[in-house]
Amino acid sequence: MTTDGGKSQSVVEAKGLGLTFKTSDGDVVALSDVNLSISRGEFVSFIGPSGCGKTTFLRVIADLEQPTSGTITVNGTSPADARVNRSYGYVFQAPALFPWRSIESNVALPLEIMGYGDADRKARIRKSLELVNLEGFEKKFPWQLSGGMQQRASIARALAFDADLLLMDEPFGALDEIVRDHLNSELLKLWAATRKTIAFVTHSIPEAVYLSTKIVVMSPRPGRVTDIIDSTLPRGERPLEIRETPEFLQLAARVRDGLRAGHSYEE
Amino acid sequence: MRGLMGGKTGPVLIVLLAIVLFWYAMAIVMNAPWQNTLNGRANLTDVPFTEFALQTFGQDKPVLPAPHQVVGAIWTGLFGAAITAPRSLAFHAGITLGATLLGFALGTLLGVLLAVAIVHNNASDRSLMPWIIASQTVPILAIAPMVVVGLGAVGVTGMVPKALISMYLSFFPVVVGMVKGLRTPEAIQLDLMRTYNASPLQVFMKLRWPASIPFLFASMKVGIAISLIGAVVGELSNNAGGGLGVRLLTGSYNGQTIQIWAALFIAAALAAILVILVGWGEKLANRRMGVRA
Repeated sequence: MTTDGGKSQSVVEAKGLGLTFKTSDGDVVALSDVNLSISRGEFVSFIGPSGCGKTTFLRVIADLEQPTSGTITVNGTSPADARVNRSYGYVFQAPALFPWRSIESNVALPLEIMGYGDADRKARIRKSLELVNLEGFEKKFPWQLSGGMQQRASIARALAFDADLLLMDEPFGALDEIVRDHLNSELLKLWAATRKTIAFVTHSIPEAVYLSTKIVVMSPRPGRVTDIIDSTLPRGERPLEIRETPEFLQLAARVRDGLRAGHSYEE
Repeated sequence: MRGLMGGKTGPVLIVLLAIVLFWYAMAIVMNAPWQNTLNGRANLTDVPFTEFALQTFGQDKPVLPAPHQVVGAIWTGLFGAAITAPRSLAFHAGITLGATLLGFALGTLLGVLLAVAIVHNNASDRSLMPWIIASQTVPILAIAPMVVVGLGAVGVTGMVPKALISMYLSFFPVVVGMVKGLRTPEAIQLDLMRTYNASPLQVFMKLRWPASIPFLFASMKVGIAISLIGAVVGELSNNAGGGLGVRLLTGSYNGQTIQIWAALFIAAALAAILVILVGWGEKLANRRMGVRA
């Protein structure tokens, strides 16, 4: 794994990044002139309406999409090298667990692929499942778990191989609000415990404000960054009640303003 | 309310009973002309109906043998002679079974290999599939003799030519099913494997193959049944080698209708048993793969 030797603490660095999809209906500009830097240990949320390119940006970081202009580095290397170095874990919108594998064997999947030894594998599975509070569900199959537990298992899978960067694409989007609140506070604890850098896509304002140290507001057509907000909330422990504080509401209002400003009213 | 009619047994037995009764009735109707001729020669007149019916059930070479005659022939065929004797139906069933299983194994292997090539290679997708479909539009009855005679001419006889015909039939459902099965993984699952920088082999072993197992078993159930048909058709082209097909053939040459029906039922039972065995394999695999019961 590459370490950037204290030279730069930037985990993701995008300059003038653009991505245009060529479709049969003509070109679709998914990202346009995105400049952004994510520092080590940050929790960065990307928020914006559908079509603003937030997921696309995450996929560019993960080398699942190729930018058509500008530059981007991940851990100081190209996204492709970062992927080959297995320097990030990706959590998708759906759990994407393999139904024929038990929970522990789903978590073992990246470890098997990356060639971890048997004993190491067991220890990592145990540790990852502990981090997401899924001890005791090792032998269950995905269909035996609730949606929230399945998504937790998929987070455990992304944690198992100790990548410093966690990319999360609306991981709790399909869950109800109660489960979501719970998982959000769990995620904050996990972030504090693991000191990972997290890039988190969402379209919930409270979620973005509650979780993040930095909020990136994006707007659609073409997808671009309209505001970058550094959170004034304390790092680390944030009780759920923090969402009623004036500070929180102020941040939420600024995010809302940013979203409104970027919104094109002709739709 | 449970009782006999609660489960499947009762209804199945009733249908079976209806079929057997209908069969006996048809046996009387279809065997009556010949029985009339026989009775006429023997100067028997005014035979009562029950006696006449029993006569039609007891002919040597009836047009339609009665069920008990077929059952009797199956019984003596299976247990009346040593299993190694050419008179034994079990002996012939064994020959057919061997060719069926060999052909089925080859066909499944060929089908899987073709499906893998088709899924992983765009060129083979476009070039192979039309030929695979065309192969099944040729009547197997026309191909079988050519295969058996042709291979016989170069000294390949016995089980192999028949197995090749079985393979020719059984690879098709496997290709079609497995192409679909290997393509079931969703984009999100393939993306996941990409984030792990998984090799194509790992993607195949850990994602595509396990995802396609349900399709494999569905295809194999069809494949094994038509493998048996392939083996029997192959045997029809070479009556020296033995097998259920040969029993059908010699039976029809000699008007031994009872023998034909007995061989027919043995073949059907054999196919049913094989399909059930594949089903058990499927259940076993399902249990290991955590499929919801």
